[in-house]
Amino acid sequence: MKNEWPLWEIFIRGQHGMSHRHVGSLHAPDAEMAIKNARDVYTRRNEGVSIWVVEANNIAASSPSDKGPLYEPSESKVYRHPTFFDIPDEVGAM
Amino acid sequence: MYAQMVQSEASTDDPEKLAAFQARIDAGEKIEPKDWMPAGYRKTLIRQIGQHAHSEIVGQLPEGNWITRAPTLERKAILLAKVQDEAGHGLYLYCAAETLGVSRDELTEMLLDGRMKYSSIFNYPTLNWADMGAVGWLVDGAAIMNQVPLQRTSFGPYSRAMIRVCKEESFHARQGFDAIRKMATGTPAQKKMAQDAVNRLWFPALMMFGPSDADSVHSTQSMAWKIKMNTNDELRQKFVDQTVPQIEFLGLDLPDEGITWNEERGHYDYSDPDWSEFFDVIKGNGPCNTDRLAARNKAWKDGEWVRDGLLAHARKKAARKHAAE
Repeated sequence: MKNEWPLWEIFIRGQHGMSHRHVGSLHAPDAEMAIKNARDVYTRRNEGVSIWVVEANNIAASSPSDKGPLYEPSESKVYRHPTFFDIPDEVGAM
Repeated sequence: MYAQMVQSEASTDDPEKLAAFQARIDAGEKIEPKDWMPAGYRKTLIRQIGQHAHSEIVGQLPEGNWITRAPTLERKAILLAKVQDEAGHGLYLYCAAETLGVSRDELTEMLLDGRMKYSSIFNYPTLNWADMGAVGWLVDGAAIMNQVPLQRTSFGPYSRAMIRVCKEESFHARQGFDAIRKMATGTPAQKKMAQDAVNRLWFPALMMFGPSDADSVHSTQSMAWKIKMNTNDELRQKFVDQTVPQIEFLGLDLPDEGITWNEERGHYDYSDPDWSEFFDVIKGNGPCNTDRLAARNKAWKDGEWVRDGLLAHARKKAARKHAAE
């Protein structure tokens, strides 16, 4: 049996009200240690107010080669952007 | 506003903890799901975010009604995109509510059996294409009035959901205004339809903000907790002030003879909606309450085999993978 610690992906909330953002990864034997290590690795200069850790093999990700089929369909749907509609200045912000 | 008359829960928690909690809110800190919070704060938020989410979902029905009958392919694609956005908004909000310890299915069931409400506006029918313009412009316009300040609400997940929603909402209002403007500047028959839509939807839109402050019994605690950012009357006034010049720009008649500019107040005066109608609609007696709930119940029931089937497939796949390891 391999004794290598699993890889954890680390997410930090930079300040109150913001979403957690991915900052990097580290190895740890369990979630508790991963949080402790993340504190030491990623928040030494007050970078955060909260830490999330997720074991890397629990993250499902889209494949970069799927970029075309996934995102191209929205390119032709320009009307999803508010600027598509011509609203006269005198109507005010909308 | 997509949440109306949300009942505020009093708190029976330890006064010291309550004071510390209030101090955090007063300091502008965000409350996150794992933070301690008063039971009343949690309950009120579940009610409010849940009602908000239900409104997004039920709100798809009056507009979905016109997708297949849009006048051009372009309008059809736009309306489809808009209704699709509403499904997404419902999703963001349900997820925010779930961080408070209620499950998606619980929320859905409470909508389906009438224990939870959705905005009164969606109990009105959309009779013709002009209503699609009026709904986007007036109904989404009124919702935006409420949602913009809610971006600063004290509960982190709700605030972040609102930021995303507001980013997308501008498209909704603008496509509605664009559609109604086309009709208001079109043939006399089209202009008449635009006028009729504004006349019918004006007061129901004003009702979206909830009863007058004098009759709004739930506001004080929610405002202290920054779950509610402005009073109903403040937001209603803002909406009227913004919308009246737009109606005039379109060359349409004002839908309420009581609308006059009040120099002294620096605001438009306007007539109150018929509040007895509002309370009646909330109670379930609006023109479309039965239809809307029936449509949601049917969708939930008809979708059961899909939900169960996909879950069974996922479980089978997991078991196979487990067996292979």
